[in-house]
Amino acid sequence: MHTQTYTATHLGDAPVVIDIKGLNKWYGQFHVLKDINMQVRKQEKVVICGPSGSGKSTLIRTINRLEEHQEGVITVEGTPLTNDVRHIERIRREVGMVFQQFNLFPHLTILENVTAGPIHVRKMPRKEAEAIAYTYLERVGIGEQARKFPGQLSGGQQQRVAIARALAMQPKVMLFDEPTSALDPEMIKEVLDVMRELADQGMTMICVTHEMGFAREVADTMVFMDKGQIVEYATAEEFFTAPREERCRMFLDQILNH
Amino acid sequence: MVHDIPDRLPPAATVGVWGWIRANLLCPWYNALLTAGSLYLIWRAVVPFWNWAVVNASISLDPAVAKQHSGAAWGFLREMWPVFMTGIYPAEERWRPLLALCLVLVMVGLTLLRPLRRATWLRAAWLATHLLVFAIIRGGGFTGLPAVGTHYWGGLMLTILLASVAMIAAFPISILLALGRTSNMPIARPFCVAYIELIRGVPLITILFMASVVLPLFLPSNMELDKLLRAMVGITMFFSAYLAENIRGGLQGLSRGQYEAADALGMSYWQKIRVVILPQALRIVIPPMVNNFIGILKDTSLVGIVGLVDLLQIAFATTSNPKWFGRLEEAYVFIAFWYWVLCFGLSSYSQHLERKIPSAGK
Repeated sequence: MHTQTYTATHLGDAPVVIDIKGLNKWYGQFHVLKDINMQVRKQEKVVICGPSGSGKSTLIRTINRLEEHQEGVITVEGTPLTNDVRHIERIRREVGMVFQQFNLFPHLTILENVTAGPIHVRKMPRKEAEAIAYTYLERVGIGEQARKFPGQLSGGQQQRVAIARALAMQPKVMLFDEPTSALDPEMIKEVLDVMRELADQGMTMICVTHEMGFAREVADTMVFMDKGQIVEYATAEEFFTAPREERCRMFLDQILNH
Repeated sequence: MVHDIPDRLPPAATVGVWGWIRANLLCPWYNALLTAGSLYLIWRAVVPFWNWAVVNASISLDPAVAKQHSGAAWGFLREMWPVFMTGIYPAEERWRPLLALCLVLVMVGLTLLRPLRRATWLRAAWLATHLLVFAIIRGGGFTGLPAVGTHYWGGLMLTILLASVAMIAAFPISILLALGRTSNMPIARPFCVAYIELIRGVPLITILFMASVVLPLFLPSNMELDKLLRAMVGITMFFSAYLAENIRGGLQGLSRGQYEAADALGMSYWQKIRVVILPQALRIVIPPMVNNFIGILKDTSLVGIVGLVDLLQIAFATTSNPKWFGRLEEAYVFIAFWYWVLCFGLSSYSQHLERKIPSAGK
């Protein structure tokens, strides 16, 4: 078992926001995550890629306990992720998540989708929550559609609302789980633009994505996973120009030259 | 260069009244046969009924006059309809159920007013209304009205009371049962499964017998539970099991993503259920749920076997009265009409709700 902890030394001494130590996870007999040791620092942009089934989505879903892990310690903003519901809820308040399938609440308007978290979880007065919601909806370019229902919006618009919904909780970290994989090609750019802007503003982000152009432009750190383990961990520069691992080179070759 | 083709009207034979008749009633040839056959059957059913109910009917309050007509004796209902409404509830106190009905109707009207719908005081008023309806009809105690024991309650009033108490009480119970059954809780889950499967495996009649005959055997002899209360508890227990299974269907009809999105926002279990899950799950199950409510309403007629005099029992009671002996047809038509009005009302309201509440994918 190798004990090297991957951490972004190139970011200097930025504080560690997420600390993952000796993480192992199984689905029944199947070992999906193997000895993950990794840190994410404040304002770091991490892009995780790898073939399907490599465990990359599972990895980010363990960070906010959408998936339970069996071994190892995950610490988010100093809070250890244990079975204690209070710890889990505190971490979830600080970690925003954007899903592949958007997962907006179809029975609520766009505005209600975005205010649900602040009102119910943060106990914010409705007026204040709506003001914040409008700020973020404007930022993702959906301000005009606040009274509509999710079903009346295009996929790209829905995903931008989902980003605004996560941001309205004012999280410290954002997790993106293949945010553009369910979108029609002409809508991918509008979502990536919002994510780029968010990165420019200094949000700490972990993105699982196949959008290598976006990754090259935005990522501080690239993580390549295969069969449940971290195979390559590098700066974006190293990763795209001189990947060390053969598996990683083959993967890049396949998705860049299709 | 391609020129735009100008719009044309559709062929005349496919539109308008004639187009509709052609398409739905006459074409192809076997549809024409079906149409003719159906018209014949309707004719055979409607004409005799019309003759009985109108042409040969009498409206005299005198049974002797009614006997000279071969048709319906509507005088029977003219005289007896208050009994159908409230059973053997004392005639001079009948204004009290009427007052209770007016109270409920006023509350329904207030609730339908859009600006009031979310008002907190209205919810409190509804809670008070339930108690007030009971107090007005029951009397005694602080009301200063003469007490009318539940064994005097009957007719349509009893049917509506039984059905609405069962609906109102079974609804929250069934939500808890459904949540328990879909949860991973080590004790609650098996308990909910056992309750639902046990109750669903037994006919309502059996439960009513249990509640009225067997239950008192386990109670101390000086403790007497009200017969109506026992029937209400039995019906509520029975329907909460059925309703729970419908609601479970709604809970399982939601995608995992909805639960995960609520979790990811940091919502607690009950916030997730209240804000995200139940509104959607209940919207999905409006049709089967109303089906269930209609079932409750009609199945309350089984309380006759434990000695309560509901709308159906009134039909038997009034027609064994020597004065109007055997006028069962009139009584059946009358109670069928009331059951139909109530059930159709429920069903129309559910369709209105389905149209009004946005659902996933619309």
